[in-house]
Amino acid sequence: MSSRIISDSSEWTFPLLERFDREIGHLAHNVFGLDTYANQIEVIGSEQMIDAYSSVGLPINYNHWSFGKQFVSTEQTYRRGQMGLAYEIVINSDPCISYLMEENTLTMQALVIAHACYGHNSFFKGNYLFRTWTSADAIIDYLVFARKYIASCEERYGQAEVELLLDSCHALMNHGVDRYKRPSPITMAEEQRRQAERADYIQSQVNDLWRTIPSFGDDDAPDADARWPAEPQENLLYFIEKNAPLLEPWQREVVRIVRKVSQYFYPQRQTQVMNEGWATFWHYTLLNRLYEEGFVNDGFMLEFLQSHTGVVFQPNFDAPYYSGINPYALGFAMMGDIRRICESPTAEDREWFPDIAGGDWRKVLDFAMRNFKDESFIAQYLSPKLIRDLHLFAVRDDDRAEAIEITAIHEERGYRTVRQALAEQYNLGSREPNIQVFNVDRRGDRSLTLRHYRHNRRPLGESVDEMLRHIRRLWGFTVRLEGVDDNGRVQLLGEL
Amino acid sequence: MSHFIDRRLNGKNKSAVNRQRFIKRYKTQLKRAVADAVNKRSITDIDSGEQVGIPSKDISEPVFHHGQGGTRDQVHPGNKDFMAGDKVPRPEGGGGGGAGQGKAGRGGKGEDDFIFDLSREEFMDLLFDDLELPNLVRNQLIGSTEFKSVRAGYRTSGAPNNIDVVRSLKGAIARRTALGAPHRRRIKEIEAELEGLLALGVAEDDPRVLALRDELDRARTRIAALPFIDTFDLRYQSFVQLPEPTSKAVMVCIMDVSGSMDQARKNLAKRFFILLYLFLKRNYDRIEVVFIRHHTIAQEVDEQEFFYSRETGGTVVSSALNLAYDVLRERYDSSVWNIYAAQASDGDNWDSDSVVCRDLLAEKLLPLMRYFAYVEITPRQHQSLWYAYQEIAGAHRHFAMREIAGPEDIFPVFRDLFKRQPA
Repeated sequence: MSSRIISDSSEWTFPLLERFDREIGHLAHNVFGLDTYANQIEVIGSEQMIDAYSSVGLPINYNHWSFGKQFVSTEQTYRRGQMGLAYEIVINSDPCISYLMEENTLTMQALVIAHACYGHNSFFKGNYLFRTWTSADAIIDYLVFARKYIASCEERYGQAEVELLLDSCHALMNHGVDRYKRPSPITMAEEQRRQAERADYIQSQVNDLWRTIPSFGDDDAPDADARWPAEPQENLLYFIEKNAPLLEPWQREVVRIVRKVSQYFYPQRQTQVMNEGWATFWHYTLLNRLYEEGFVNDGFMLEFLQSHTGVVFQPNFDAPYYSGINPYALGFAMMGDIRRICESPTAEDREWFPDIAGGDWRKVLDFAMRNFKDESFIAQYLSPKLIRDLHLFAVRDDDRAEAIEITAIHEERGYRTVRQALAEQYNLGSREPNIQVFNVDRRGDRSLTLRHYRHNRRPLGESVDEMLRHIRRLWGFTVRLEGVDDNGRVQLLGEL
Repeated sequence: MSHFIDRRLNGKNKSAVNRQRFIKRYKTQLKRAVADAVNKRSITDIDSGEQVGIPSKDISEPVFHHGQGGTRDQVHPGNKDFMAGDKVPRPEGGGGGGAGQGKAGRGGKGEDDFIFDLSREEFMDLLFDDLELPNLVRNQLIGSTEFKSVRAGYRTSGAPNNIDVVRSLKGAIARRTALGAPHRRRIKEIEAELEGLLALGVAEDDPRVLALRDELDRARTRIAALPFIDTFDLRYQSFVQLPEPTSKAVMVCIMDVSGSMDQARKNLAKRFFILLYLFLKRNYDRIEVVFIRHHTIAQEVDEQEFFYSRETGGTVVSSALNLAYDVLRERYDSSVWNIYAAQASDGDNWDSDSVVCRDLLAEKLLPLMRYFAYVEITPRQHQSLWYAYQEIAGAHRHFAMREIAGPEDIFPVFRDLFKRQPA
């Protein structure tokens, strides 16, 4: 039996990594039925890891000072030993690129291979958000295009000019996402061809929109004060790209690039718990299976478990280092719980989850991974048992009340409230302020009016003035921000 | 299925560009931080790299986000004894990682300064950015030139240390090939002939064969006798002297070490001169510095003694100016050298001496100089020297005087004295 052990050293070598990858891949594909993109596993040093960190995890990106800032701060905290580097970075691309850090031991490399190359990888390939919003095969090409394009803009129009524009776009990045329309994947060559076309076309359209020469037989005259756009627009960057009156074609293209990158990250922001939970669940399951089959020894397992428990540790709310719910812990617990409900359901589980209790856990988990995001995943699968295990409780903080109120705890009448509140906590729609384009004064001063629709009376933070400056830079004319409260009353928040 | 790539040898500094841009963008803030840092440093480690902090709020990237207030529901783990409906007093600081969570800087530093590790080079760059010696004149204009060796191809003679080995050996190979060619050709012919004869069944001791073998040996000997390298092959790197304009400059540092300069003031003066010294060393390749310290008598000393010696006494400022004049006259011809001087004193002087100083400066020293800077280190009333110098400042544009009250003034005054003049 001991002859099957792959290695009892903690030093890794390429042949050993390949061996691990083969065994883990075999288990993942043939035993557990995971569907993955091909893997491209790159071994890098810690400095390269810091580099990768600072370009938001992308292997290639355009140049901007904010990435330098990220780099400096990461480097600082790493050097001072305040932070370990993540063991891995994995990129949603086809082939799926994962980075292994040179400094890690063989055990950690195996853990990362299981976690990133089979866990995250299969999530990227399977989850509906990623399938809808990102095109794994085109992203690297697109980034190459973006980098070149922005570099050429810097050459032509000056680095300062491009930097100002990027600053403003970055500020609006979270509001540069299409939530309903599906972008179609295109390759770099096509992107370049279309880009030229688009530049000409958009410019002509914009001019048309702002045409001031009166046309004869004008039927629109009566509804001169009708709002435009007719429907509020949530994608601010898209709206600006298409309609800002003064932007040059190249500036529109830069806005578009930032918007595209934002769109690419949109699914990741919505599936943190699921994505990490899924990957953690699989590295745990896969490595345990390796152990059961005798490929690794006890030392390996001890090292692995020590690291694993560190990752999924959830401090209590009153612990000094508590900083919210750990997505790894919650995700891993939920994935494991779903398996438990399938394999050994209790009466309670049968009542709460009649459709999955006693089912094939592989199929159930696969379904869950494919068809949910954090919000709906929690709303659907958070079980009473898990609420009890984690001692979850819901708190309402209302600034009109003297004290904060515990609205629900882990008890029969509290389960649904806790579950609902936790799901809501992961709803990007309520986590981020809801700001939409409300009106453009096309006939008058060309001013742009945005509206912030308040949810639960939560106001905007103190960045409003600065944000208005950025939006004004893009729009070129007066920008107004109005707040709409829960009763529909409108109030002017700022104008620039 | 999986593909491993070793990227460890790829470039590490992918982020260098972005880092540079970051520095460039926040240069003003960094400069301010660097200036602060310099004031806080001890004299001995003024020229090292440094961690400087700039306020996080200056470099934040804004996004729309929710502020405090309104109603928010949060779920937390680890309930111990709360029951539904309990009212709990609001904890300080936003309820255990409530909405503020994730807003704090990465690494949980929150509102603190953003810490920046500058290398020594970057630090000095920022420190001395935009500074220069005023009125510096390129020496060529004055008529003296320096020479610089520049490579100018190869030649056949020269000093042995300039032999270019590769070139020489290439030449040797070519020579051996050329001179050996007829012999090699003959060898081939003989070998063919020999083979022909032997193939016809001619015996080994046949005279024709023996003759051929003999000739073959001789030809081979000829080839072996070609020298491996010959003086003819040697090539030397050639250099020519090109005239190069340089700016020769000398800075005379005059420091008062009299008894009235207490330890604190001496430290201020030393700081000032250290900055000056670093600045000169950094920005000007060839600059000479003359250190003069004085109490009642002046002495020319070396760098070490200037900054660290503790000797002291009364005050006669003119002694230093006289010595400076002597040194300049002896060693630094003002038609060849750009001459600068910086003087630091507490302004305390032997009473009748201030007038002497004024005349000495105005008549003898200033005509030789490009720039004379005087800093007075005193938090008190000015004394006679200051007023005497003020008369000079009125009459000469290349004379500047400033006052330093405490350590925080040093760097601003220094910058002010040596800031780049608009052309």
